[in-house]
Amino acid sequence: MSSPERNWKTVESGPYPYKKGLHPVMQKNYGKWKYHEYPQPGVLKHVAESGDVIYTVRAGTPRQDSVDFIRSLCDVADKHADGYLRFTTRNNVEFMTPDAEKVQPMIDDLESKGIPVGGTGKTVSPIAHTQGWLHCDIPATDASGVVKALMDELIEDFRGMNLPNKVKIVTQCCELNCGGQGDIAIIVKHTRPPRINHESLSEICELPKVVARCPVAAIRPTVVDGKKSLVIDEEKCMYCGACFGACPSMEINHPEYSRFAIWVAGKNSNARSKPTLMSLVAHGLPNNPPRWPEVSAVVKQILEAYREGGRPWERLGEWVNRIGWKQFFEETGLTFDEDMIDNYRHARTTFNQSAHVRF
Amino acid sequence: MGDANGAGSNGSGNGKFLNPTPMLDELESGPWPSFVTGLKDLAERTKKPMLRGVMDQLEYSYQTRMGYWKGGLVTVKGYGAGIITRYSMIRDKLPEASEFHTMRIQAPPGLHYNTESLRELCDIWEKHGTGLITLHGQTGDIMLQGIEADKVQECFDELNQKGWDLGGAGAGMRTGVSCAGPARCEQACYDTLEMHEKVMKHFVGAVHRPEWNYKFKLKFSGCPNDCTNAIMRSDIAVIGMWRDSIQMDESAVKEWVDENGMEKLVNEVVSLCPTRAISLKEGGIAIDNGNCVHCMHCLNVMPKALSPGKERGVALLMGAKSTLKVGFNVGSMVVPFMKMETEEDIEEFIDLADEIIDWWDDNGLDHERLGETIERVSMKQFLDGVGLEPSIDMVSRPRDNPYFKTKY
Repeated sequence: MSSPERNWKTVESGPYPYKKGLHPVMQKNYGKWKYHEYPQPGVLKHVAESGDVIYTVRAGTPRQDSVDFIRSLCDVADKHADGYLRFTTRNNVEFMTPDAEKVQPMIDDLESKGIPVGGTGKTVSPIAHTQGWLHCDIPATDASGVVKALMDELIEDFRGMNLPNKVKIVTQCCELNCGGQGDIAIIVKHTRPPRINHESLSEICELPKVVARCPVAAIRPTVVDGKKSLVIDEEKCMYCGACFGACPSMEINHPEYSRFAIWVAGKNSNARSKPTLMSLVAHGLPNNPPRWPEVSAVVKQILEAYREGGRPWERLGEWVNRIGWKQFFEETGLTFDEDMIDNYRHARTTFNQSAHVRF
Repeated sequence: MGDANGAGSNGSGNGKFLNPTPMLDELESGPWPSFVTGLKDLAERTKKPMLRGVMDQLEYSYQTRMGYWKGGLVTVKGYGAGIITRYSMIRDKLPEASEFHTMRIQAPPGLHYNTESLRELCDIWEKHGTGLITLHGQTGDIMLQGIEADKVQECFDELNQKGWDLGGAGAGMRTGVSCAGPARCEQACYDTLEMHEKVMKHFVGAVHRPEWNYKFKLKFSGCPNDCTNAIMRSDIAVIGMWRDSIQMDESAVKEWVDENGMEKLVNEVVSLCPTRAISLKEGGIAIDNGNCVHCMHCLNVMPKALSPGKERGVALLMGAKSTLKVGFNVGSMVVPFMKMETEEDIEEFIDLADEIIDWWDDNGLDHERLGETIERVSMKQFLDGVGLEPSIDMVSRPRDNPYFKTKY
């Protein structure tokens, strides 16, 4: 099955050339755009200094796409957008046309193919997610499935622009957070220390690297049945699974001992407030495939409270900052508990170092 | 692969190629496009056994709530990264997806495509692999998912002839990410696409042959709205910046007020300025530009009336990374302003990035990201090591403890 005589010399070309992918109107007005508007949900209108206009229609995708799905996006682009399309960092697809008349037929075409149009402005933008059981080597759950189930519930918030500001949701299928910061994050939380496979450990892992990987120095070298291995201080271990990434013999995943936690108030943008990290607001939710209904329910609780209480332009974290965390828990119906008080490094920076208190 | 080999012999027996996947099937209902339906349709059309195997394994994961992939080492000639290797741990039980490797491909900057290129990519991928593609991975790669080790070189050669190259993995430079940029956004303060392309071409060897302490990421956002999440996810975040005054079109401000009203101007623009740099003036607004922190809020609300200034460039924030190992780190300001208009400006950035990476590679520990090394070794030593001057823009306030030594 190996390839025949190889007669191609690799060209280390780096990124694919972007100039081939720019609509002629975008090439012409490159760097000379003047302003943008949101004429309707799912549509952007950019106006150039020259007076030229380009409309963008944005639509959601499953992210795990088949070549057939991508070809159907190409069909839409060929028919309505002069053969050009782009993607956003949140896995939306965008089609550009200078022709206002083409916008509605394009939307109709997309919707008829089951591709929802939306995701602009004050919406739930599609969920940034990781690989999960489909492809990752350390996942405690699936990612695409959680996202599909949740977006089914949130699709009206993707289509409409009826939230105080945009809501970025992320999921990740281990605790180490490939998904990044979001207004709402759904992250696995393990509940037991890893089970050590002493048979394989010294054969497949570098012991010092595994020891060094632990954030709380809970791993020590030992000898088991005459073989070099490792032992875990179970008092110290907080079940993060970092060691599993370094060594598959530190088996952290378990069908019963992997649960979900919900985090809120992360923000990447600098608009108004500085970027912020997320805080833990719920945990212990079951890892319940194929549709994880308990997770969707909590996300919706948070979203409804934010919709109700947030002022225009306030991101979720900014809303919480204004009303205070106590009221956040009241409004969402979630329960604050002792595990939500930080006990890692820099914990004191999260304490209330003031006499400010709400009654 | 690619023929009907195995069809019917292993399927559900009712004329279907695929075996039953009752749990995955529950993800076919509902209004959001279903990746399960996409996978099933692709498998039924192409009859590729690997797709059937991967559906079986995914169904098994759903039933047992465990993952079953392990890593390994597959690469193409001359490269040490770019292929994410996956072997099944349950190949005895489900042999059809015993290998399911991913090829990471560097996307065009700004993710701007034409259909001809994208169709070409789909055709090559369907010929050699499963036809399953992630658009895009969290680090901005096109991820071609599902190929056998002995087909990787052939597939790569064909892609490479058409201008596609592998992305990063492991302890090296990772694939870059850039926003839509000046191609379609009036807020882009520099050419994110050109800079992304030039810089990643410079680092192409470090992308393909990882040999540092750990990964290194670069992302290019045209303005502080940071659409690429650079501040949270990249060792060096390149963020568009201006350092003169916000450009104001006073007639467009009046137009905005006529349309939206004074109440909205006060509540949604003036009051939300984080440094109270906006005041009402003669039915419009006045901006105290010396006190503007370039947060973008007023420009986002009034894009027709307000634009970034004319003296544009980039700010560099450094050290962002995810949870491992000391907790999440947000990038912090290191270079508040740098011109970014010419080839020479890009060269100057590349020289600085080379310095920074050299310093980090010399001073960092195994599996330590730039932000962790800076915190452990100290910002002072970092600045000294890379030849940058300390600046008040680097801190939110001066230090609050006396634990320092200095030259008197």
